[in-house]
Amino acid sequence: MSDVLHHHIKLPEGSIEKQTTTLNLGPTHPATHGVFQNIIELDGERIVSAEQTVGFIHRAFEKIAERRPLYQITTLTDRLNYCSSPINNMGWHLTCEKLLKVETPKRVDYLRVIIMELARITDHLICNSIVGVDAGAYTGFLYVMQWREHVYEIYEEVCGSRLTTNMGRIGGFERNFTNVAFEKLEKFLKEFPGVWREFENLFKRNRIFMDRTKDTGAISAERALNYGFTGPNLRASGVDYDVRIHTPYSSYQDFDFTVPVGTTGDNYDRWLVRGEEVWQSLSIIEQAYKKVQEFKGTEADVYHADCPAYYLPEKKDVYTKMEALIYHFKIIMGETEIPKGEVYSAVEGANGELGFYLISDGGRTPYRLHFRRPCFIYYQAYSELTDNAMLSDAIITMSSLNLIAGELDA
Amino acid sequence: MALNNEIIKQKLTEKFGESVSNFKEQFGMLSFETPKEMNLKVLQLLYDDEELKFRFMTDLTAVHYPKELGRELAVVYHLHNLTDNVRLRYKVFTSIENTDVYTTSKLFSAANWMERETFDFYGINFVGHPNLIRILNVDEMDYFPMRKEFPLEDQTRIDKDDEMFGRGGTLGFGTEKSIIGTIAEDEKHNETNKVL
Repeated sequence: MSDVLHHHIKLPEGSIEKQTTTLNLGPTHPATHGVFQNIIELDGERIVSAEQTVGFIHRAFEKIAERRPLYQITTLTDRLNYCSSPINNMGWHLTCEKLLKVETPKRVDYLRVIIMELARITDHLICNSIVGVDAGAYTGFLYVMQWREHVYEIYEEVCGSRLTTNMGRIGGFERNFTNVAFEKLEKFLKEFPGVWREFENLFKRNRIFMDRTKDTGAISAERALNYGFTGPNLRASGVDYDVRIHTPYSSYQDFDFTVPVGTTGDNYDRWLVRGEEVWQSLSIIEQAYKKVQEFKGTEADVYHADCPAYYLPEKKDVYTKMEALIYHFKIIMGETEIPKGEVYSAVEGANGELGFYLISDGGRTPYRLHFRRPCFIYYQAYSELTDNAMLSDAIITMSSLNLIAGELDA
Repeated sequence: MALNNEIIKQKLTEKFGESVSNFKEQFGMLSFETPKEMNLKVLQLLYDDEELKFRFMTDLTAVHYPKELGRELAVVYHLHNLTDNVRLRYKVFTSIENTDVYTTSKLFSAANWMERETFDFYGINFVGHPNLIRILNVDEMDYFPMRKEFPLEDQTRIDKDDEMFGRGGTLGFGTEKSIIGTIAEDEKHNETNKVL
């Protein structure tokens, strides 16, 4: 047996093992956090080669989207990166608005920023705490998970659902934020910083955690760029590319924040970058909330753009106004023509640049819709990241990349 | 001087002349196409040129245009110059009979899986790709599901059709084609669909 293997697999120099072991990690392994399969060739505990198999939860979103009117595609985007659905929703609305040339009022932009940054926080807190879990520290995970719950309560108040949010409409939100939503937001802004500081203190200078994460799963800036890394993973290797800064959308140019960057691109730096991004997000939310509060009187009632052809009218108007009834019917039945055009629009998703490439031929559904899913693109670097690494480090590398199976498989 | 679409256009025409065509600017993004044989040369120029510096591949995908005979499939590259923050869209068209397009995975590691995905859904044969196998669909699949000849719904169903969404259907509302009525006609219709 070992003779046969020796013909096919070259054992590393100085290997004490006589043969390599094939380990089938996943697709439903508890350490993979999602449906991923890795066929790993092991020399003792060291990885000789890793081959990824993806596509276990492929749901043909791009094909389905070719038969759906724009507003029905929002629910598909929910199911991409389900740890930060609102960002996907907003990204999709922004793409449609770009194509339809709809301008959103400032208040809508700021409300969107609040929601998107909340989503970024929930995503990062899960990712960072899961890295902790994989390094053997479970407490932090459960502790911050409670706070994701509080954010979900805010979502619930805004749109009625929690995980797959289907939040907002083309042009704005389906309803104005209630006072309860703002109260919950205030509570979150007041109490979460202390929690996050405590969480960071648990890990940041923890000897065990640092030993486990430093110098593992590292990638240079050059390789990361070549691999199409975006988001925190790219920034951890020292490239300060952030869609929010490069091509501001939803009035991000009105906010003052910094883009944290790392140097080594290893698991520890990725963890630190995400941790700091949470602080920046909190600061952005505070600024946005302040700006939202400045709208008084009728201005404070603005929660959507004036684009009746695409924005689903309020139900009470549908019963009393002729135009609203017509638009309601046309939108619900998917009878609104989309103007011809080709558009690429991107938002800074929680794990990278989430892009939408939309082609319309003037029909009622997209002619072609392609999602640029950041983790699909950077997951291919996994075999390079884990080359000659210890198996246990590879597990941490996988969780610190923030791979979301739903997004990866579309 | 900051890079802009005019400079890109100028540089490309300077180097490749007539071969670069169909310059368009939509929502601020420059788009152009060349014959498919030239894709590596063009991408290499965009990558190497000290002024252009398109060294980040944002996206690679394909689009199917069944009506454009001889150039049914388009491979679309989205590139990004991160230093000057300029994006561009580059297309090559290929016929559906011969879908050979050179791989760009040597230039951009990111292209590896994106090309596999494009092959998986559109059947573009990326020549020189190190591992051109299906990625999201099952290995046994023997067709390319994102092509337009495969409608989303079961083809044998005639109670649902694309016409409801503004793109011709099987029922032929508003055309000379009459509504298929009898069972025998239904079966005949189903068979023709299967052939397609």
